[in-house]
Amino acid sequence: MKPAQFDYADPRSVEDAVALLQQHGADAKILAGGQSLVPLLNMRLARPAVIIDVGKLRDLDYIRDDGDALVIGALTTQRSVERSELVAREHPLLAATTRYIAHPQIRNRGTFGGSIAHADPAAECPALAVALDMQITVVGPGGARVIAAADFFVTYLTTSLEQDEILTDVRVPKLTPGTGWSIQEVARRHGDFAMAGAICTLTLERGRCAAARIALFGVGAVPVRAPEAEQTIIGQEPNAALFEEAGARASAEISEPLADIHGSSEFRRHLAGVMTQRALTEAFSRAEAR
Amino acid sequence: MTAKRDVSLTVNGVAYSASVEPRMTLVDLLRGELGLTGTHVGCEHGVCGACTILLNGQAVRSCIMLAVQADGAELMTVEGLSEDGQLHPIQQAFVGQRGLQCGFCTPGFLMSVYELLQHNPAPGDDEIKEALGGELCRCTGYQSILRSVRDAAARLRGEVPAAATEGEA
Repeated sequence: MKPAQFDYADPRSVEDAVALLQQHGADAKILAGGQSLVPLLNMRLARPAVIIDVGKLRDLDYIRDDGDALVIGALTTQRSVERSELVAREHPLLAATTRYIAHPQIRNRGTFGGSIAHADPAAECPALAVALDMQITVVGPGGARVIAAADFFVTYLTTSLEQDEILTDVRVPKLTPGTGWSIQEVARRHGDFAMAGAICTLTLERGRCAAARIALFGVGAVPVRAPEAEQTIIGQEPNAALFEEAGARASAEISEPLADIHGSSEFRRHLAGVMTQRALTEAFSRAEAR
Repeated sequence: MTAKRDVSLTVNGVAYSASVEPRMTLVDLLRGELGLTGTHVGCEHGVCGACTILLNGQAVRSCIMLAVQADGAELMTVEGLSEDGQLHPIQQAFVGQRGLQCGFCTPGFLMSVYELLQHNPAPGDDEIKEALGGELCRCTGYQSILRSVRDAAARLRGEVPAAATEGEA
């Protein structure tokens, strides 16, 4: 298994990378950590004519505290996020989510921006982006623009990035006071692709659920919110029966669960409900403890 | 024919340079061009872990990295573990605890264990399992590998190694 031939460029600035994208259009593919792209190249599932290796854009490797959010440069590795003291202190949900991404050997190369731009619907980062309303900055020939996570994921491995745009950073909102969180995932082994997973946040005010977010992954073409399940608990006093009902709603409102060798669509629908129920239960207990 | 690129890197303290096609994977550079065949190639898409090496001190898959991406990097492969003909304590532990049978996956295990023990000299079993979750072994069985890693950690902490495993592994 060897990649097909391609031309190779390693730009030293975002502007040069964008110019190369403009020049080569659909024939070009950006290479960051390569943990998704190189397997596709090896198996010749992808045969781009030009590889634009952005690995030398080291100024896109940072994690910055920006008050109510962390800003993460696109080329920051998953491992840097996992090991960051800033992330551990300011964003425990982000830290916990990162540990579900593949294996340490993959996280050592895989990048935060790359995972979001790759848009695998079974991956954790895109689901977290949807759960937290991350703001995704992309740069094209006309300059930078910001895309909300809700508008970013279009379908399988497809985003609203234009062909001549490159993702440069992601703004990750912090959780507000009184908010608990949880990530739950079922995979055949820890580190494998999720068969189904849920990321939940739950905000308590005077004993009632003031806000809730449920994002599901591994169950469709993109990471999805479960708005009906969210509405089930918002305004209510959380309890076990409510979480069970929310799980059932989440399970029912998935429009197109995946079916593959690892699980039927019915099984994934079932798992999504169970993951939602467990995540809400844990998020609630964390919210109470805060 | 795409233009070749010059790559310079250090492997086990030795400087190498090579002119490679951009599509050449790092493991093919190591094995085919530099003759360092200790690193094994298994699945070639990042799943099995046999090709794991250290890149600037971090365990990575050399089959899903292009050689050009390693330009300027410091690499360590399984050949770099032993010193003056003496097996590294991690290797000694794998021998003593029967952490290998056919040995195909072993180079990847050893390098992942090396990275783990650099950061965490006394890992618990859960931490060992997490670090090695991305390394597949199809014949030895993971229990003896787990024993080997515990023993390796003890050896590197300067403690007396565990008794060799008796009988059939």
